[in-house]
Amino acid sequence: MKLPDIEYIRPSTLDEAVRLLAAPDAKVLAGGQSLLPLMAYRLAAPRILVDIGRLSELRGMRSDAHGLVLGALVRWRDIENDPCIAAAHPLLREAVSHVAHYQIRNRGTVGGSLAHADPAAELPAVALACGAGIVAIGPTGRRMIEAADFLEAPLTTALKSDEIIVELRLPPWPPTRRFVFEEFVRRRGDFALAGVCLFYDLDGEGRMVSPCVVAFGATEIQQRISMLEEYLAGRRLDEVVCAEAGEMASAAIDAVEDMHAPQDYRRALFGTLVERALIRSMTSGGGHVH
Amino acid sequence: MRLSNTLVGAPVQRVEDRRFLRGEGTYVADVTREGFCHVVVVRSSVAHGTLRAIGTEAARALPGVLAVVTAADIIAARGEVPKIPLRQQVLDEGLPYLQPVIAEGVVRYVGEPVAVVVAEDAAVAEDAAALIEMDIAPLPAVAGIERAAAGDVLLFPQSPGNRPMVFTAEKGDAADAFARADYTRRECFSVQRHGAIPMETRGLFAEWDDAAGHLTLHGAAKVPFFNRSLLAKMLGLGRDAVDLIEVDVGGGFGARGEFYPEDFLIPFCARLLGRPVRWVEDRREHFTAMNHAREMSAEVEIACTRDGMVIGLRGTVDVDIGAYVRTNGFTGPRNVAQFMSGPYRIPNIALDAAVYVTNKTPAGTYRGPGRFEASFFGERLFDMAAHDLGIDPAEFRRRNLVPEAQMPYKLAKMRHIDPSADTECDGGAYEIVLDRCLDAFGWFERVKRQGALIDGRYHGYGLGMFIEGGAAGPREGCRISLEQDGRVTVAVGSSALGQGLETVLSQIASDALEVPLERIRLLHGSTTLVQEGFGSFHSRSTVMGGNAVAQAAEALKIEIRKVAAARFGCSDSDVVVGEGMARRGDDVLTFADLGALGVSVETSFSNSKHTYSYGAHAVHVAVDPKTGHVAILDYLTVEDVGRIINPATLHGQVLGSVVQGLGSVFLEEIQYDGDGQIMTGSFADYLMPTAEDFPAIRSISLELRPCPNNPLGAKGAGEGGLIAVGGAVGNAIAAALRSMKVEPCHLPFSPPRLWRLIQDSRQAAA
Amino acid sequence: MFIEMMVNGRRVSGDVPPRTTLADFLRGSLHLTGTHLGCEHGVCGACTVIMDDVAVRGCLTLAVQADGCDVTTVEGLAGDADLSPLQAAFRKNHALQCGFCTPGILTTMHALLSSEPDADEARIREVLTGNICRCTGYIPIIKAVLEARDAYRPTQKVTVDAAE
Repeated sequence: MKLPDIEYIRPSTLDEAVRLLAAPDAKVLAGGQSLLPLMAYRLAAPRILVDIGRLSELRGMRSDAHGLVLGALVRWRDIENDPCIAAAHPLLREAVSHVAHYQIRNRGTVGGSLAHADPAAELPAVALACGAGIVAIGPTGRRMIEAADFLEAPLTTALKSDEIIVELRLPPWPPTRRFVFEEFVRRRGDFALAGVCLFYDLDGEGRMVSPCVVAFGATEIQQRISMLEEYLAGRRLDEVVCAEAGEMASAAIDAVEDMHAPQDYRRALFGTLVERALIRSMTSGGGHVH
Repeated sequence: MRLSNTLVGAPVQRVEDRRFLRGEGTYVADVTREGFCHVVVVRSSVAHGTLRAIGTEAARALPGVLAVVTAADIIAARGEVPKIPLRQQVLDEGLPYLQPVIAEGVVRYVGEPVAVVVAEDAAVAEDAAALIEMDIAPLPAVAGIERAAAGDVLLFPQSPGNRPMVFTAEKGDAADAFARADYTRRECFSVQRHGAIPMETRGLFAEWDDAAGHLTLHGAAKVPFFNRSLLAKMLGLGRDAVDLIEVDVGGGFGARGEFYPEDFLIPFCARLLGRPVRWVEDRREHFTAMNHAREMSAEVEIACTRDGMVIGLRGTVDVDIGAYVRTNGFTGPRNVAQFMSGPYRIPNIALDAAVYVTNKTPAGTYRGPGRFEASFFGERLFDMAAHDLGIDPAEFRRRNLVPEAQMPYKLAKMRHIDPSADTECDGGAYEIVLDRCLDAFGWFERVKRQGALIDGRYHGYGLGMFIEGGAAGPREGCRISLEQDGRVTVAVGSSALGQGLETVLSQIASDALEVPLERIRLLHGSTTLVQEGFGSFHSRSTVMGGNAVAQAAEALKIEIRKVAAARFGCSDSDVVVGEGMARRGDDVLTFADLGALGVSVETSFSNSKHTYSYGAHAVHVAVDPKTGHVAILDYLTVEDVGRIINPATLHGQVLGSVVQGLGSVFLEEIQYDGDGQIMTGSFADYLMPTAEDFPAIRSISLELRPCPNNPLGAKGAGEGGLIAVGGAVGNAIAAALRSMKVEPCHLPFSPPRLWRLIQDSRQAAA
Repeated sequence: MFIEMMVNGRRVSGDVPPRTTLADFLRGSLHLTGTHLGCEHGVCGACTVIMDDVAVRGCLTLAVQADGCDVTTVEGLAGDADLSPLQAAFRKNHALQCGFCTPGILTTMHALLSSEPDADEARIREVLTGNICRCTGYIPIIKAVLEARDAYRPTQKVTVDAAE
């Protein structure tokens, strides 16, 4: 499966990259881990590839009181290997360990994952859950896009064809926050048949505050389950609540159907994951792969 | 004097490994020649339709494109489009359903070759292929057996129907047995379509020497000699004008090496262009081009006495063979009928295997063809019967195993087939192997926890037993030549597909000739090596190739004695051959000296009796009822292979085949939609086992009963690890979920399917 | 496009169409055919090479993206030796059969052990899920990699005994 013919340009500045994207049929190349397989199947055939892979201004990672900023070219391996990131944002760290495989994680980027917007992908789920912002640069300058507005449809984002993602901004993560990242996959690295990213804080009486639940894999795109969040807010978790939440979660989603799993299975699976995630969050939190 | 057999039986490290580890293997995609060009096969994207026209203008116009070949060009050159004949179960019933090497007027599956593009480089060839216009008027797609059986749409209008053949296995009087049985049970089962999917896709490198009128084709595997004869005939050449060369091969598992359309098309292009051409199948293509396997559904019935003696087995298996009957398309169907009795003594059998054509990629053999399916059907039915009759499944099996005293034991006879296709279990201590397995597994202790619910998962233990037929004849050729540098060249007609053939046969040669392993140069497969070869299939290469080597070694020693005796001026019997020389008193001729004299022999080993390895599998599963996920916590196989030439390579084969079996049971499925469009066209959708999926596998190989039918005493082994997996795992899951009365009968046991079975049974209970 | 890179310690260059993958550049232009193509869509791992010290899929990297980089293929693993300790451990443990997936697994595991010489079985299995093997069932591969760790640990100079 040889790739279709392309013109390749490697701009030396971000502004130059933006200018090059003005051409029709031009596409950004970063890690290439999502784009190249599509091209190999000739499902995508951009005429011009604009390789931004060496623009060092997009590589930075910064963690401070304002939160975590990840440059678009930050690779999964950069997140995995940086103990400061793991400490500053354990949910992100956990989610990244579920992404694809070792070799892919060595090349795949934050910006690439967001721009590709696979509906079962982990990073968009985390971005949505945390209320992250995506900074993009275009011919008219920079803008910030809220994650909820960014993800529009499967493989479709609010990014314009002449815009490049510059960075992902995650709000500060309270160290006491409880979180679970749980997904069900056929094999490690596969896209999840269903997954849940959830977190909450606890008040002085052990009641959940500001719970956030994002479904991915089972739904058309990553989405918050506000019905469930409303149910959980103010409650103390126990096995009964977890079970009820699981049932509610099943009912709350419109599950997708494909050759790998029918809709009712995904719906039930999501409910099971939510229940198990909540139970797990009572003692430790963290992540789990089935 | 060196002790013989220091290497045979030892876990000798493989001689082929060095080049593989250093990245110095030569697979067909690595073969190059000055000025070679690249071939891409253009394939139908429609499952069933009339091929009205092929537009090649745009493709031809692309710079770098050298030729575009269609059926018209083949007819112009050869007078007709050749059809690929049967190689196994060669029956006239198959004739209307044979595949033409290129689509002729009609396409019958997505992936059928329609045209061939030759270009200066592979990427341009692919660009050009995308420019080929196919004008296909769609016909209704026969998407499955039900539609095929309905018969309203015939794939082959000239044929009697969509069912080329029914294989019938018979023994005793099944009708009578079922009429008088204390207990009968009938069930439906099925196995999904999947395939061998080796890591190396196929490829061919063809060179036509116009001056010599000779074709050389690299990329052969499995049965190069058969293919050479066939190709020569198709090209209108003498047999000696064609040579098939076997290089390193990235796995075959029964699917690689059969004669496919490309095996004609690529040489045809080489001849047409007068330049070497190379074709490398890509993975997307592979899913529609290389033989599929295993899609069978069965309705089978068992009859028993009330104390658990199986007195009858009958039923029908429907096989979806895809759009054409290829070279060995009939092998799986024939086997599923004949081998469903497994290692058990079942006196009355009536099993039909009906073969249907549908608009899918044609199917052929995949490791344990028909045997995996038969074992799944039979072993599941056994456990159901055992449970109904209140008999422990291990005990049930013990009662019904073929006793050693009744060996050789004839399996069911195949109606309408050459009686020489009758086969019998050669010998074996089936009960001992069962006991070893139960013991090593701790069966009787563990089954006390059948169905236990622990940490949200139901635990179950299951058994399955198998026989594995091997060593198909009729012959295998071997030539041994002594070289001037003291090395010994051993050339065999067997094919190497990754199974360690070079090492195993070198061990045999080394011991037989008392020459160090490093001095053996083992060549295999290519038609240039021996007069007559038969290849590697049906687990035959150790038995047939091994015995051919051993026999040739004896013949060589006789020849050495003769030559040396003439030189020494004595009688043959005065010459001692050993340790790399021929000696009589102080007169010595080394192998190097003899090599300079051109000493060599070529012999052929004949065998008409199949070997039967046999074994037992035991497995421990944990089922998560909420997700449908099954964890394999322990998998044990115990088998008797008669004689182990290399325990390390054998063990490797068993482990690998168990994992393939588990892939078949849980993960792998080729899926089509209702229009005959293939949906699993990549490794993202076709799920192969990975390193984390099945870590807990152990295997024990025994040499309890050497095979009485060949001098080495060896039996074919290498498929058994896979054969019993379906039944063993299905039985374990059924046992785990006994409280819910869930009987898994349809593969694959994917999480959604198991979850559905559990839901359905809960609803039924409510 | 003209590109230059280090491959197995030697400077190489070539003029390639931009759509050429690194794997095809290595195999076609440099005749280093040890790197294999098993799927060309980034799943099977047979094409894995080491680029600037990390294991990457050669089929998902354009040759032009490797311009100026330092690449190691399977052919570069042994150095002056016949077999590296990792390769010798594979042989000793019968961790290969047809050999087609082997180069990609060797480079992956070499990259892993070079940065994580104490990787435990779970970690090795986890990383190995990015490579598909059809023949071995993985168990002997895991054994070989576990055994080879000693050769990557900086304080110990134990070489794996490759003798029969």
